[in-house]
Amino acid sequence: MNLVALDAWIIITGVLCAVAAALLGNFLVLRKMSMMGDAISHAVLPGLAAAFLLTESRSSIPMFIGAAAVGVLTAMLTEWVRNYGKVDEGASMGVVFTALFALGLVLIVRAADHVDLDPDCVLYGAIELTPLDLVTVFGWELPRAVVVLSIVLAIDLFVVLLFYKELKISSFDPNLATTLGISARLMHYLLMTLIAVTTVAAFESVGSILVVAMLIVPPAAAHLLTDRLGWMIVVSVVLGAASAVLGHLGAIWVPSLVGFGSTSTAGMMAVVAGLLFVVAVLFAPRHGLVSKVAYRALLSLRIVREDVLGILVRAEERAAATGMSASELRKATMAGAVPLGIALLQLRVSGRIVRDGGGYRLADAGRVDARNLLRSHRLWETYLSRNLSLADDHVHAPADRLEHVSHLADQLDAVLDRPSEDPHASRIPRGEA
Amino acid sequence: MMAVLAAVSSLSWWPVAAVGGAEVAAGEWFTAQAVMRVVTLQDYNTRVVVLGTGMLGLAAGIIGTFMLLRKRALLGDALSHATLPGIAIAFLTAVAFGGTGKSLGLLLTGATITGVAGVGVILFVRHFTRLKEDAALGVVLSVFFGAGVALMGIVQKTQSGHAAGLESFIYGKTASMTSSDAVLIGVAGLVVALVCALLYKELKLLCYDSGFAASQGWPVILLDVVMMAMVVVITVIGLQAVGLILVIALLVIPPAAARFWTDRMFLMIVIAGVVGAIGSMAGAGVSALTPNLPSGAMIVLTVTAFFLLSMFFGGSRGIVPRWVSQRRLSVRVARQNLLRALYEWAEGHAGRQGFVTVDQARQRPMSRGALLKARSWSVAELGRLLGSARRDGLIEPVDSDRWYLTDQGLSQAQRVVRNHRLWETFLIHFADVAPSHVDRDADAIEHVLAPEMLGQLEELLGQVRAAVPGSPHPVTLPPNDVHSGRASA
Repeated sequence: MNLVALDAWIIITGVLCAVAAALLGNFLVLRKMSMMGDAISHAVLPGLAAAFLLTESRSSIPMFIGAAAVGVLTAMLTEWVRNYGKVDEGASMGVVFTALFALGLVLIVRAADHVDLDPDCVLYGAIELTPLDLVTVFGWELPRAVVVLSIVLAIDLFVVLLFYKELKISSFDPNLATTLGISARLMHYLLMTLIAVTTVAAFESVGSILVVAMLIVPPAAAHLLTDRLGWMIVVSVVLGAASAVLGHLGAIWVPSLVGFGSTSTAGMMAVVAGLLFVVAVLFAPRHGLVSKVAYRALLSLRIVREDVLGILVRAEERAAATGMSASELRKATMAGAVPLGIALLQLRVSGRIVRDGGGYRLADAGRVDARNLLRSHRLWETYLSRNLSLADDHVHAPADRLEHVSHLADQLDAVLDRPSEDPHASRIPRGEA
Repeated sequence: MMAVLAAVSSLSWWPVAAVGGAEVAAGEWFTAQAVMRVVTLQDYNTRVVVLGTGMLGLAAGIIGTFMLLRKRALLGDALSHATLPGIAIAFLTAVAFGGTGKSLGLLLTGATITGVAGVGVILFVRHFTRLKEDAALGVVLSVFFGAGVALMGIVQKTQSGHAAGLESFIYGKTASMTSSDAVLIGVAGLVVALVCALLYKELKLLCYDSGFAASQGWPVILLDVVMMAMVVVITVIGLQAVGLILVIALLVIPPAAARFWTDRMFLMIVIAGVVGAIGSMAGAGVSALTPNLPSGAMIVLTVTAFFLLSMFFGGSRGIVPRWVSQRRLSVRVARQNLLRALYEWAEGHAGRQGFVTVDQARQRPMSRGALLKARSWSVAELGRLLGSARRDGLIEPVDSDRWYLTDQGLSQAQRVVRNHRLWETFLIHFADVAPSHVDRDADAIEHVLAPEMLGQLEELLGQVRAAVPGSPHPVTLPPNDVHSGRASA
C-alpha cells in the first residue's frame, strides 16, 4: 500500500468516525447531556476488560458487545444513582464513570498477564494503524475499521431518520413527547445505546476520549450557526468531516514547522474541531460574538443618525433655525464624538443633511425621514398616554426610545384613529413616502 | 479491536504500586507481616505515599463539597483533562531551552496554566454564547485533551521524551511519590483547608444562593474564582497521585457520599474530608500490599465503596433507611385505615354518627368480606393487618370471620376518625372542596397530621368540640357481607 492510499484510508476512517459521532452528538447537545458522551466513552475500557475476562477470548464480537453494554450500563447507573440516591446529575455521572474506569484499570492489569490490552490505545486510538488491519469484503481488501464504522454509521443514520420526529420532540420537550405517546425514556436509552455502539466502534481509531470531541464539538459549533435541527445536523456532519480531513493534514504538517515528524491524527482532529468551534463562536451569523457586536454597533449608529435628524427637524419646527453645529448636536444627542462623526458623515453622503456654514441643516431627503421619525415619536407618545395611561409629562423619554421602532407607525396611527396632535399639542406630521 | 489488543506496547509505565520497602513478591502478598508493615507505616516510602494521598483525599473532599453544592461537580473533570497540554508544553519548552524537562514544579506550572485557561474558556462559552454548561465542559475537555495528545505525540519524538514519564500524569504513579511531593501536597492541602475555613460563610452563601449573595454585595465572581483556583490546585497536585482521569473521582465521590449522612454543610465537609482521606490511605495501602494493582484505581475504588455504603445505608437519605421509613409509614397508614373502617362500620350500624361506646363496637363486628370491600386490600394483606392489630390488642375476633375494636383500639380509632373529619371540614370550609370529594383528599393527609397542626385546625374550625365529630358528608359503608349474617339497623 503506498503512502497516498495510506493517508486516504486514514482520512476516510476519521471522516466516518466524525460523521457517525456528530450525527448523534446533536441530540446530546440539545438535551444538555453532553457530558454523558464523556461518561459513556470512559466506559469502553472496563467493558473491554470485563468482556475479555468473561469470555477469555480476544475476538472482536464479544469485546464489541461488552464495551457497548458497559456504555449503556453507565447511562443506566447514572440515571439510577440520580433517581434513587437523589444525587445531582453531574455528580452521579462523575461517580459512575470514574468508578467504572478505575475498575477497568484494575481488571486490565489483572488481565495483562494473558493479553496485551493497551489502555493507551483505548484512550488515544491508533488511527495511523487502521489501514494495516485489512479484511476482505466482496473481494475488496478494505481496512477493518472502515468496514465497521461504515456499518455503524449506516445504523446511526437509519435510526436517526426513522425516529427523527420522536428524537426531535423528546430532545426539546420530553414532557410533550410523553403526552404525545412517545416514550421519552425509550428514546433516551435508544440514543444512549447508539452512542455506546458508536463510541466503541470509534475508540479504536480516535481514542475513547477524543470520541467526545467528535460527539460534542461539531454539534456545539453547529448549534451556534443555525436554529433549525435539520440544518444543525447537516452542518455538524460537515464540520466533523472537515475536522477529520484537516486534522490528518495538520498532524503531518504542523509538527514539521517546528522540526518534528508527524503527531497524533486523533489529537489534531480534536484541535481542528476546536478551532472550527472558535470560528463559529466568533463569526456565526446570528449568535457569533463578532456579529453580535457588529449588530449592536450598527444599531447604535442608526439611532444616532435618527436622533440627529429628529433634533434638526425639531429645531426647524421651533424657529425655522438654519442649522446646528457639531458640538450642539453632540450635546443634544449625548453620543460619543466618534459615533456622531460617523453618523454625520453617513447622513451627508446619503444626502440627508448638508453643511451650512459652521453647522448642519436638513436637506430635503433628510426632512422626509425626519418627519417620519417625528411622526413615529409623537404617535408613540399618544399611544403611551392614551393606552398605557402614562402621565403626559412622562411619555417623552420612553417615546424617545420607541420612536426608532418606526415601522409600527402606520399601525399606531390606525389604532389611535389618526390623531392630529400628540399629548403636548404638537402637530403629528402625516405619513410621507 | 484487534489493533488495540495486538498493539505491542511496553507496559513499563504501568502504575504498578511496588511501593519500595514494602515490596512483596507475587504469591506471598497479604501475609500478616506485610499487612502489619503497611498498617503501622513502618516503611519510609509507604509512609510517604499513604500520608501524601491521605492529605490529598482530605483536601479534595473539602473543596469538592463546595463544588458539589455549587452544582459544578464535573468542572473538575474538564479541568483535569485540560492540564495535559500544559504538561506537554512545559516539557517541550524546557527541552527547547536545554533542560531535561523533568522538573516537577515546571510541569505542574504548565498544567496549572492550561487548566486555568480551560476553566476560563468554560466560563466564557457559558456566559457569551447560547451553549449550556454541559456543552462548554464537553468542548473544553475534549479539545484541550486532544491538543494534549497531539503535543504528547511530538514529545514522544524528542530524544528524552520516552524517558520523561509524562504518561504517569494520565494514570497516576503513586509509587513514585517522594517526600517532597508529599510535603507539597500537605502544604497545598493546608492552604485549601485554611482558605475554606476563612471564607466558609461566603462560600456557603455562594453555594446555596449566589443571586442572594450578589444582592448582598458579596463579590460573587471573585469568590467563584477563589473556589476554582482551589480546585485547580488540588487537581494539579492530584495528577501525580491518581492521574488526570481519576483525580475527578476524589473531588466528586467523597462529597457525594457525605451528602447522604447530613444536611449540615460543616458536617458534610468534615465527612467528605474524612472519607477522602481514609479512602485514599486505604487504597494506597492495599495497592502497596498487592503487586500489580494500580494505586490510583484502587484509591478510586475504595472511595467508591464508601459511596455505595453511604448510598444504601447513609443517614436519612440512604436508600435502605428511606425504604424502611416508607415501609413504616405505609404500615401505619394501613393500620389507621383499618381502624377507621371498623369504627365507621360500628358507627353506621349504630344509626348515628359520633361517639361509639365499647359495647356498641362489640355488638357490631365487621366481617373480612366487608373490610375487603371497604379498602383495596388483598386477602393476604388484610390477614397480616388483622393479625398485627390483634397482637397489639387493638381488635378482637368474634368468630373466625368477624372483628370488633377493643377498648384500646376504640380510643385509637376515635383519634383517627377525628383527624379525618377535622381535615375534611377544613377542606370544605377553607379550600372549597365539594363534600362528595373530600373523603379521598383527606385520606391522603390525615395520617401525617402533626399535633400542632391539629391544634390549629381545631382553633380554626371552632365549633368542633365533640370527641368524634360527625362526618360532614354521608359515609358509604361497604355492603354487608352474606357471611356476616348479622344485619343491622
